[in-house]
Amino acid sequence: MKPEHGEARAVYYLLPERGGPDKSLTNRILPAIIRGMSITQLPACTCLKVSSGVQARPRRGCVIRKPVFRFLFLLFLTCLSACDDSAWNDPYPHKDARANILYSSFGERPKHMDPARSYSSNEYVFIGQIYEPPLQYHYLKRPYELIPLAADSMPEVSYKDKNGFPVGESSQAGVIAESRYDITLKAGMLYQPHPAFAKDEKGHYLYHQMSDKQLQPIHTLADFKQFSSREVTAQDYVNQIKRLADPRNHSPISSLMAQYVLGFEEAAQAIRKKIAENKKSAQGEYQYIDLSQIEMKGVEVLDEHHYRIRLKGRYPQFVYWLSMTFFSPMPWEAEKFYSQPGLKERNISLDWYPLGSGPYMLTENNPNLRMVLQRNPNFHGEDCPVRAMPQQIAEGLLKDAGKAMPFIDRAVYNLEKETIPYWNKFLQGYYDSSGISSDSFDQAVSLNAGGEASLTEEMQHKGMRLKSSVQASIHYMGFNMRDPIVGGNTEKARLLRQAISIAMDYEEFISIFANGRGVAAQGMLPPGIFGFREGTKGINPYVYDVNKFVRASRKPISYARELMKKAGYVDGIDMQTGKPLILYFDAKSSGPSDRARLNWVVKQFEKLGIDLVLRSTDYNRFQEKMRKGSAQIFMWGWNADYPDPENFFFLLFGGNCKQDNNGENAANYQNAEFDALFERMKYMPNGEERQKIVDQMQEILRHDAPWVWGYHPKGYSLYHNWFKNVEPNLMANNTLKYKRLDSDVRAEKRAQWNKPVLLPLLLLSVLLLLALIPAIVMYRQSERSQAL
Amino acid sequence: MMAYIVRRFLYAIPILIGVNILTFVLFFIVNTPDDMAYMHLGAKRVTPQAVENWKAEHGYDKPLLVNTQAEGIKCLTDTIFFNKSVRLFVFDFGTSESGRDISYDISQRMWPSLAIAIPVLLIGVLINISYAAIIVFFRATYIDFWSVVITVAMLSISTLFYIIGGQFLIGKLWHLVPISGYDTGFNGIKFLVLPVIVGVIGGIGGGTRWYRTLFLEEVNKDYARSGRAKGLSELRVLFRHVFPNALIPILTGIVAILPLLFMGSLLTESFFSVPGLGSYTLDAIQRQDFAIVRSMVFLGTFLYIIGLLLTDLSYTLVDPRVRLH
Repeated sequence: MKPEHGEARAVYYLLPERGGPDKSLTNRILPAIIRGMSITQLPACTCLKVSSGVQARPRRGCVIRKPVFRFLFLLFLTCLSACDDSAWNDPYPHKDARANILYSSFGERPKHMDPARSYSSNEYVFIGQIYEPPLQYHYLKRPYELIPLAADSMPEVSYKDKNGFPVGESSQAGVIAESRYDITLKAGMLYQPHPAFAKDEKGHYLYHQMSDKQLQPIHTLADFKQFSSREVTAQDYVNQIKRLADPRNHSPISSLMAQYVLGFEEAAQAIRKKIAENKKSAQGEYQYIDLSQIEMKGVEVLDEHHYRIRLKGRYPQFVYWLSMTFFSPMPWEAEKFYSQPGLKERNISLDWYPLGSGPYMLTENNPNLRMVLQRNPNFHGEDCPVRAMPQQIAEGLLKDAGKAMPFIDRAVYNLEKETIPYWNKFLQGYYDSSGISSDSFDQAVSLNAGGEASLTEEMQHKGMRLKSSVQASIHYMGFNMRDPIVGGNTEKARLLRQAISIAMDYEEFISIFANGRGVAAQGMLPPGIFGFREGTKGINPYVYDVNKFVRASRKPISYARELMKKAGYVDGIDMQTGKPLILYFDAKSSGPSDRARLNWVVKQFEKLGIDLVLRSTDYNRFQEKMRKGSAQIFMWGWNADYPDPENFFFLLFGGNCKQDNNGENAANYQNAEFDALFERMKYMPNGEERQKIVDQMQEILRHDAPWVWGYHPKGYSLYHNWFKNVEPNLMANNTLKYKRLDSDVRAEKRAQWNKPVLLPLLLLSVLLLLALIPAIVMYRQSERSQAL
Repeated sequence: MMAYIVRRFLYAIPILIGVNILTFVLFFIVNTPDDMAYMHLGAKRVTPQAVENWKAEHGYDKPLLVNTQAEGIKCLTDTIFFNKSVRLFVFDFGTSESGRDISYDISQRMWPSLAIAIPVLLIGVLINISYAAIIVFFRATYIDFWSVVITVAMLSISTLFYIIGGQFLIGKLWHLVPISGYDTGFNGIKFLVLPVIVGVIGGIGGGTRWYRTLFLEEVNKDYARSGRAKGLSELRVLFRHVFPNALIPILTGIVAILPLLFMGSLLTESFFSVPGLGSYTLDAIQRQDFAIVRSMVFLGTFLYIIGLLLTDLSYTLVDPRVRLH
């Protein structure tokens, strides 16, 4: 029978007599299927030849004619598409195999993209590349150094006394009544293309007052047809500072800025008043408020590229805030655009679709699947740094010095909730870099006798590189200084705290629970922060001795027991009452892994004969206990906002007591001498004098021991050899623009590492078939057997 | 039958109210409105004023269940419970605490859940029934014995083991499919293969044991014995007579879970990074997003009730002796 037109072609394709299907056929047929063509619509030239060159005869009633089998056939063809030169397990589109795209992931969707609200590292990954505050950290220089980003130069800082007369920076405390930061912006910076700027021929904004009809086809920002841009101005930076005062934005730094920026609180009041008026109107409280009409005494536009910030008194740390996205520009058009209720209902908001002038823009925001940063076509341009530290130069980090950034065209962040799949995909080359979880640590890193980390052979064979750095953070065990037993300034309590500090063997903790990824803390400051001292000068003499290798060696437990005896506790018995000493540890516990950690803590206290009672609770209750000051001993941590000792010492400043002021001083530690030194140190420039004060403050804290100085975590990261210009920078959030990829090398390695292994499938099929044989034999025997 | 359906829907209302109250109480035993505010405002530099503002803005500045300050009906209506829950009964889920439209999110995230759940159900049922039929056909032989051993072993293994094992073998060692991920359209098929295989294999133990029990119960009944006595082959007895009768509980069991398919699986979606409703619920619990949690619990309860109703209705279709009044 003659085959019907078209259908027979598919049959030919199904029946290759020798050899496998021709991959080029798959290539031609599949795109057509994807375009919605049925197999019968395919042009004649797309099929027919099988690899053997022998044409098979069409069969009558071939299964391909039935819809179900036709669907299966299409499915089969789709699966065959993976048989191209790309690996079967490649999670990305084949066309992107050699594209200049960085692949990374996110585990939890970022809560906020609004620069007034965002205050989390997983959010900075995105908005750090989009928004441009006036300053940034130098990518390579250490110690960390601020350099201009959107600003043309570093801010000009001047000081005034209470009469408005200029005074010097070194004036005595109390003389400076006002600090002025004059910031000049680079000219010609443009925002990314955005519908908020789109205008019609008459100059009216197209999308600022959208009708229901206009809104109907809109579901994402990409659904808008017209995009436009404009230059970044000083007014936009001033507008953003006012946004920090807007209570609707819930900016986490609004209370801090209210302490320093002149007129901040008054502006917040004015906005509150406006919101209250708006509540009565039809559009409600989220109606657009023109912030240019709200006066804030402390911010002033001097000209189009020049603005001034005025602070109460001195606050030298303010420059660090100027490198954070809180101080990025925000055009009024964006606020007006996003304030439309119709867009809010469609989840189109500033918190979801950022608008910046940085090297990248967010083109896809689907936190259920992926987020994509695309090169901003309007980016003003920036050159790769030309200065670096000697070791960095040796590592080749200046190879791209002076070249225009960014280097990567697109960065795709996929949703990856678990560490195991992420790690495996990284090993297959589908992610360009990875941290190292505890599960994978032994596979990736080996530690030598001296505790130095190096890559395992497997990782070296793959050409990976390891980078590590001590993080600007501290994990500590705190004592509630208002507790009658462990708190207070009595000698008895102090000796008890010191003894516990010795007994808590954090070297062991780091080894067991952090795979050796940490440095036992000698005081408040981690390495890399001004004031940190290397060598014997930096060792805490109350907890450590200096050993023969001139290194810190924890004092013996017998010494701690002696301290306990002096404190009036012999073998854990209170000599005054004759009762065993019972202490309470308030812990935030979330699972079995925490249980091991808590048991370890109990054992450390047992060394001193102290009976430690665990009071495990969830994080909410834990926070509540801390706020109320009802905990006795606890563990917590702190990540620095900026690389300044003030950002650590303020954690024990008396004015920040959590119980009184809901500040960050969770131990409720108060020491007049320490507080006075803190107030002095806070306003000083880095130098010898400041170092001396920092040393005094460290000494007071080590002596008083309000914390057991826990450890500074050490971050380990792995990078494939095609990923270039990588250097850990714990302060900068805008590091994507420096990174470069060799996508050809990546594509080759991926193909090499991911060849499909079919033998196990074959063996499995054979095994299943063999398993059927006894069943068939048994069936035949039972059929042949005679009934009794 | 219509009266029966209406009556069942009316019965559902107190159940939904009860589940709603229970969810509300359980959630707020663990999380206070203050906790929620702290969670959403972040861990650093949160002032009591900011917490109060957040609560007022999100409607959590009212009493939980009873407003003793209010008079009349307002003592019940001017509460968090009433304001947050009453709209659910018209399926208005409102917005999440982070401002996202929950209905839109559900409509987007149900498809990935279904894309895994439907193939797992269909292929799983097919394989489990076939395997159970083979075991019953060869009952009381070594095939039966070893099959029971294997299925019990499979039944005892945690789903997590199948997931990690599947990812390790098929994704990592054999490089046959992506280890995790998801995409829409045709591109998504390669991501579904592994979770579907894992889901099917993970269900073989339990499913096969269950179907085997149903088949064994039928295969020893009088009508089957009569068939054999009249000279029918064992194959014919099994497939022509036993099978249709055993299918009744199988069918009704499947109908009961059909509406729940789109609620997704917490573990599978989390490990395979599938953006379904299972991971949506899990994320919401972790983020203390009460709006999403209560919506998903409400939806789950409603679908469960629908599933039970469909089960009852399906009895009338497959068993002519059953009549609903």
